[in-house]
Amino acid sequence: MDSVGLPVTPESLTAEVRLERSSDGVSPFLLDVAIEIPPGFTMLFGPSGAGKSTLLDCVAGLLKPSGGRIAIGSRVVFDSARSVNLPPQARRIGYVFQSLALFPHLSVQENVAYGLLGLDPAERRTRTKRILAAFQLEKLRTQKPGELSGGEKQRAALARSLVTQPRALLLDEPLTGLDAALKSAILDDLRAWNAEARIPILCVTHSRDEVDALGERVIALDRGRVAGEGTPADVLDAPRKRRLAQVAGFENLLDGTVLDLRETDGVMRVALGEAAAELEVPLGYAAPGDRVRIAIRAGDILLAAEKPGRLSARNLLRGRIAQLQDRGALCIARVDCGAEFQVHLTRGAARELELAQGTPIWLIVKTHSCHVVRD
Amino acid sequence: MESLWLSVKLAAWVAGILLVFGIPLAYWLAFSRWRWKFFVEAAVAVPLVLPPTVLGFYMLVAMGPQGPLGSAWSKLFGRGLAFTFQGLIIASVLYSLPFAVQPLVVAFEGVDRKLLAASAVLGAGEWSTFRRVILPLSLRGVATSAILSFAHTLGEFGVVLMVGGNLAGITRTVSIEIYDRVQSLDYTQANRLALLLLALSFAVLSFVYGMNRRVRRRVWIPWASR
Repeated sequence: MDSVGLPVTPESLTAEVRLERSSDGVSPFLLDVAIEIPPGFTMLFGPSGAGKSTLLDCVAGLLKPSGGRIAIGSRVVFDSARSVNLPPQARRIGYVFQSLALFPHLSVQENVAYGLLGLDPAERRTRTKRILAAFQLEKLRTQKPGELSGGEKQRAALARSLVTQPRALLLDEPLTGLDAALKSAILDDLRAWNAEARIPILCVTHSRDEVDALGERVIALDRGRVAGEGTPADVLDAPRKRRLAQVAGFENLLDGTVLDLRETDGVMRVALGEAAAELEVPLGYAAPGDRVRIAIRAGDILLAAEKPGRLSARNLLRGRIAQLQDRGALCIARVDCGAEFQVHLTRGAARELELAQGTPIWLIVKTHSCHVVRD
Repeated sequence: MESLWLSVKLAAWVAGILLVFGIPLAYWLAFSRWRWKFFVEAAVAVPLVLPPTVLGFYMLVAMGPQGPLGSAWSKLFGRGLAFTFQGLIIASVLYSLPFAVQPLVVAFEGVDRKLLAASAVLGAGEWSTFRRVILPLSLRGVATSAILSFAHTLGEFGVVLMVGGNLAGITRTVSIEIYDRVQSLDYTQANRLALLLLALSFAVLSFVYGMNRRVRRRVWIPWASR
């Protein structure tokens, strides 16, 4: 290990990774991305199968890309052009797996100190002690992973990675399955730790909520390509690309024509499809007559059996249930209002509204639940 | 009783030697990606299906004064190998090899690969990972391996007869003595030794199975309820 204990100047992680598909596929590359992760949190977001974990494995050195270059600051860990390929042991990149991979036969303390074998015992003890305190693991230090709760295990896995003072940290959905409060408590500890170290942290997730909760920056990955990067609002909430809108969980993508702009109210009116329905949406860069696409999440639409009065939501559409699907905890209704909408509701709600195919229904959509998308 | 002691001594030597050689071999079998690995796997398993007389025959030939093993041995130590206790050990090591290697391979392969990846990412090299993660998580496999090769050697007959002959105190193990007693119609003694061997084998195997019993999940199964 080099320069242990010295303050590290913040450096970005840059990764240009190409991975060839082993079998024949539509595209010659399974993964073809070029990303830069500045110090701090970056979320790597995408549906399962997008290549998120594969990318992390390449960066960590567990998988050899067919081509590209991976570096932290000026320190190159992989470069196909110069045949550089450091083994994971030499990369100094922390990696917390989804399964956490705590060593079951070692105590929390031994797990945390695992990566410190090269240090002298005194230094090892000091560092272990400090990180156990930072992640609130002192009381648990003699316990085995099997005796820990989910959140405690996650703390231990994070501490085990960070104690080695990695130059970058990769997190593969390590916080799935935790409730929101616990998750944010752990992330606060992680943020506090990183305020000092200032390393790039790349955190994989496929949950929108997690991006909203943690993301300062997000990279959207889809089918092995970068589909967008920026702030969560930029990338996911106002998706510019149709494909990304699907990635980000907008079930409704509706084509329409701008009718008029009401600039004082910050809205515009859009006619959907064959002008059978109208929506009020946030003002976008558009002029009357422009073709636009509106993205709405199925969970953002309300249904009412009777016409509601005096409502803050600006869009009230009349329609009929075209199809009803029971998906366990979730009901998916397709509502025909001239244009077809997909609506998610709970089973209980569907029962109470006595929904069935053909039931007349009112659809309620808030203006700001509608997002203007460009192809 | 001399024969029983001889058998135990032989079995202990064989188990010890197999542990030393079996662990690296099993590690290689568990993790190597060599495409012809299956040949080695087959070779290791051969003693499982071969009649002991066949293995014993080839071992005897190899250990003879003209055989490669025998001539090398006499160059090194100045005496022959056939019909000696040392010869018996070498033959038994080969004969019990699969019993030692199989549990080790299963144990090594059973270690979660994510743990190995985690160890590598934390900076540990191959040897360090083996010593600190793989071996401690395979201790049951190591114990099973040692006990099975011990038990298997204790009960062997054919190979011992071929390679060792029947020399009291040198190569006459308990299984050979039982055969001897039956030949000379001394059923009482034969029965005593046979019963002892049976009880010992059963006890050893009970211990192995007990050690490796899976902890059942606490699921309510109607026909298992009391």
